[in-house]
Amino acid sequence: MSATIASAAQPRPRPRQSIFRNHIVRAVISIATFIVLWEVGSRLKLPWVGDVPPPTVVLKALVPLLTDQGYWYSWYQSSRRVFTGFLAAMLIGIPFGLAMATSRIFRDITFPVFEILRPIPPLAWVPAAIIFWPTQELSIGFVIFLGAIFTIMLNVIGGARSIDLRFFQAARSMGSSNWDIFRRIVLPGVLPSIIVGCEVGIGITWNVVVAAEMISGGGGAIQSSAGGGLGFFIWSSYIGGSYPLIVVGMISIGIAGYISSSIIRRLGLLVTPWVRVR
Amino acid sequence: MNAPAATGAAAPEQHATKGAIRIQNVDKVYYAREGRVQAVSDCSLDIRAGEICMIVGPSGCGKTTLLNAIAGFHDITGGAIYLDGQMLCGPDKPKAEPGPDRVVVFQNGALFPWKTNLENVAFGPVVQGRMTKKEAAEKARGMMADAGLVGVEHNYPGEVSSGMRRRVEIVRALMNDPKVLLLDEPFGALDSLTKSVMHEALLEIYYRNKVTIFFITHDLEEAIFLGHRVAIMTTRPCKPKKILDVDIPHPRKYNVLTSPRFRSLMEETVSAVHEEAVKAFEAGEKEM
Repeated sequence: MSATIASAAQPRPRPRQSIFRNHIVRAVISIATFIVLWEVGSRLKLPWVGDVPPPTVVLKALVPLLTDQGYWYSWYQSSRRVFTGFLAAMLIGIPFGLAMATSRIFRDITFPVFEILRPIPPLAWVPAAIIFWPTQELSIGFVIFLGAIFTIMLNVIGGARSIDLRFFQAARSMGSSNWDIFRRIVLPGVLPSIIVGCEVGIGITWNVVVAAEMISGGGGAIQSSAGGGLGFFIWSSYIGGSYPLIVVGMISIGIAGYISSSIIRRLGLLVTPWVRVR
Repeated sequence: MNAPAATGAAAPEQHATKGAIRIQNVDKVYYAREGRVQAVSDCSLDIRAGEICMIVGPSGCGKTTLLNAIAGFHDITGGAIYLDGQMLCGPDKPKAEPGPDRVVVFQNGALFPWKTNLENVAFGPVVQGRMTKKEAAEKARGMMADAGLVGVEHNYPGEVSSGMRRRVEIVRALMNDPKVLLLDEPFGALDSLTKSVMHEALLEIYYRNKVTIFFITHDLEEAIFLGHRVAIMTTRPCKPKKILDVDIPHPRKYNVLTSPRFRSLMEETVSAVHEEAVKAFEAGEKEM
């Protein structure tokens, strides 16, 4: 009998990830197909796509930019702003969300205000942000911050609420104090939701970066049109009538958002190793 | 002869001296959408120290309500519950304080998914401040080894089979040195083959630890195989309808299932259980 138990207790071998290469291959196919369809659609002057410059033209516009300091400075500017705005949203949003999830009174007091502010689009905050804050950078950071904070908070609140009641009961019956329950049950239980909130949140910060950088008016530019950030880069390309550059700016933001989200996802898996196995 | 000598005399037989539960005229009424629900009514049951007492009844009959009252998760609206003569809950104190002397193993399992199996097992003594993390981990490793759980210490619960998870959870409960284990249909979701392995594993654990076991199930065979006594409960409101003494000696092995005595005990009780199941089913139909 005990022999059966012992053999049943051997860890089951886990299959190594051989899908890694497959998923890279699929990603390349997906992007390549997209580019080909875009090129063909643009060349054939199909409706809507016909007005967009084809990828080959965009590429021609992009190549000189790759050695252009101003273009990379735009990347740096936008990334810095997104990072600080997002960090502020995390530092304020996570504790706030936890407080709202754990204290009924705090929730009752703050939730109505939260719900009124939440639907206001970050773009609508731009004029107010300019008036509120003493410097341009702070105004930009504030708009980006607003883009991320509500999503982060909502995920924290929702995540805390979805923690199984039995975990609390089990912890309680094993003699946990309130502090133990918060530290050992609420925090780890809500962590996966925090990560999802951050992953979505950092995507939204890139969504609002264009609106936010309209505030900058090209501030901190090294070269004339570029340097105000990727959002401003798009805006100034539009003013200057350079359609290929608009597309370059759009794709740059797309790539930046993709990279940021995958960094968050990777970091998330590092701090929640149990999620992978579920 | 003074008191210490008396306890010494009991030691060789390894009789459990703690963990007697007295449930006395317990009532539980709650208000749901369909109105007033009497979940438990005038329920009395004495569970001896170190006994495996099986509670059998149809789904939704109020068995879990009783367990929640003992564990201290919910209040009662009448009567009293005592543990070793100490009142857990009663007229002046409708809700018991949850504590490590009565640990629950839940129906669908409640291992913390963010802790490894070993960390789960070590949880109780650490939060109670009885042991350091290292001491608790050492003891946990030993207890897991005794229960045949070797090689899965550093896996997360999500990485092992459901039968193994259940065993980890029982060991986690025992780490608290409880007087009573409260098991709420712990093997209900397992297939019958895994279940039979779990039954023998539970008995092995029990023979080593001799805690009182309050075990809820709706599986009569499971009840008779494991229990010293089987309390068959009426459907809502819940109270004992028939209490069966299972006179098959422990330690039991799985072959008792085919013994004539086991069969006759099954026959003796199966109609009582079936009667209540039909009543519960009809009541359920009415509520729909």
